[in-house]
Amino acid sequence: MIEVRQLRKRFGDQQVLDGVDLTIEQGESLVIIGRSGGGKSVLLKHLVGLTHPDSGQVLVEGQDIAQLDERELLGVRRKFGMLFQSAALFDSLTVEENIAFVLARERNHTPEEITRRVAEALEMVDLPGTQKKKPAELSGGMRKRVGLARAIIYRPEVIFYDEPTTGLDPVVADSIDKLILRVCNRLRVTSIVVTHDMRSMQTVGRRVAMLHEGRIYATGTPQEMMSSADPVVSRFVRGISDEKEHTF
Amino acid sequence: MVMEVVRSLATQRLSGRDLVAQMYFIGVKSQTVVLVTGAFTGMVLCAQTYFQFHKVKMDTATLAVVSVSMCGELGPVLTALMVAGRVGASMAAELGTMKVTEQVDALRTLAAHPIDYLVVPRVLATVLAVPLLTAESVTMGILSAYLVGVHLLQIDPGYSVVNMLRFTDHRDVLMGFIKSLIFGGIIATTGCYKGMHCGQGAEGVGHSTTEAVVYASIAVLMSNFFLTLLLTRLLALL
Repeated sequence: MIEVRQLRKRFGDQQVLDGVDLTIEQGESLVIIGRSGGGKSVLLKHLVGLTHPDSGQVLVEGQDIAQLDERELLGVRRKFGMLFQSAALFDSLTVEENIAFVLARERNHTPEEITRRVAEALEMVDLPGTQKKKPAELSGGMRKRVGLARAIIYRPEVIFYDEPTTGLDPVVADSIDKLILRVCNRLRVTSIVVTHDMRSMQTVGRRVAMLHEGRIYATGTPQEMMSSADPVVSRFVRGISDEKEHTF
Repeated sequence: MVMEVVRSLATQRLSGRDLVAQMYFIGVKSQTVVLVTGAFTGMVLCAQTYFQFHKVKMDTATLAVVSVSMCGELGPVLTALMVAGRVGASMAAELGTMKVTEQVDALRTLAAHPIDYLVVPRVLATVLAVPLLTAESVTMGILSAYLVGVHLLQIDPGYSVVNMLRFTDHRDVLMGFIKSLIFGGIIATTGCYKGMHCGQGAEGVGHSTTEAVVYASIAVLMSNFFLTLLLTRLLALL
């Protein structure tokens, strides 16, 4: 469904992506792991068309979205939903208005239908009754849930998750992981999760791709990655720093 | 950005609700500052003009000078500068914050073009609101000048009003109106552009806010000079 070919992106003198090749099949649950600042989120933004590559292709159902302008991309993005690291809820809107954003703009839904679908989406993310709250009144975990409700309400084919458990306590992080699984299973969507949380990787991933030095360094199941003998993969999944290298 | 806005206006359906919300913020909420500016500008202009004209016994021309100045120059320029300070800064700060908190990216993933949703309502509302605010400011300036001139400085009210109407014609009003339309466009596009292209973090938002006000104010003052030259010649043909 999504195919990335020789994707390259440079910011200043830093080559963030250096020839990424990756294929994502419809319905699969892929987790992209890698070090902080290693280009995971940049890769994700390329997949959604939020960033244009220096070279390479991002094929969505055969169409190279890297060649499309912003207005042409709007149609492609209708297939996508995205949960941002910070949830990126619109501050000025209520939870209900945030979730209903796409439906309200389509103008072919009645207010009753929008209200019903917002309530269903909130039910799915375990936040019923929060329609009238403002984002500022929500905790980090609640904001992520609302962000997910906003991403799923229009039934996208692919949902992208950018560091969905970052900044959350372990219990809330686990509940978000379970929620991602539930959404994936119930809506039968393709899920692409960027994370460096190994527990999250094992919970939500069916396949894992590790981004290292601007390329996909290794792929496999979560179990294969956890038991990998490769020193780079092994050190990363076990969280062992290299004493010769500055990691901060 | 200007081309994108024009293209969006021509091809996309505008949300009336967003436009009304922006008109309320830009137009209604700016009235106090604009009315106070107009009133005190009219009063001080009246007083200064009177002090000079009184020396040559031309007291009754005072209101005419105030009226022509307010309609064609001071009204549009001072209103635009006040709106640039209040609205241009607010636009840059709001859009800049949305950008650094990924809300603009979120909009794009929700298949909404940021120009359509964020920029066009703001630009259109400012272009519509600034002429109305200018008209209020000019009216308040002339009324204030009348009160100061007639009641404080003892200028003859009859001759003053006759002279004011004689020397202020539709070209002065039209010049102010055209200028205020253009100034509205300058303020909104500068504020939105700076917001949408701001740097990272709080520092980036701060810089873009400052630059929005400074650039819009300078652009208003510079364009005012050229517009005066151009419009004076064009309107003379009417």
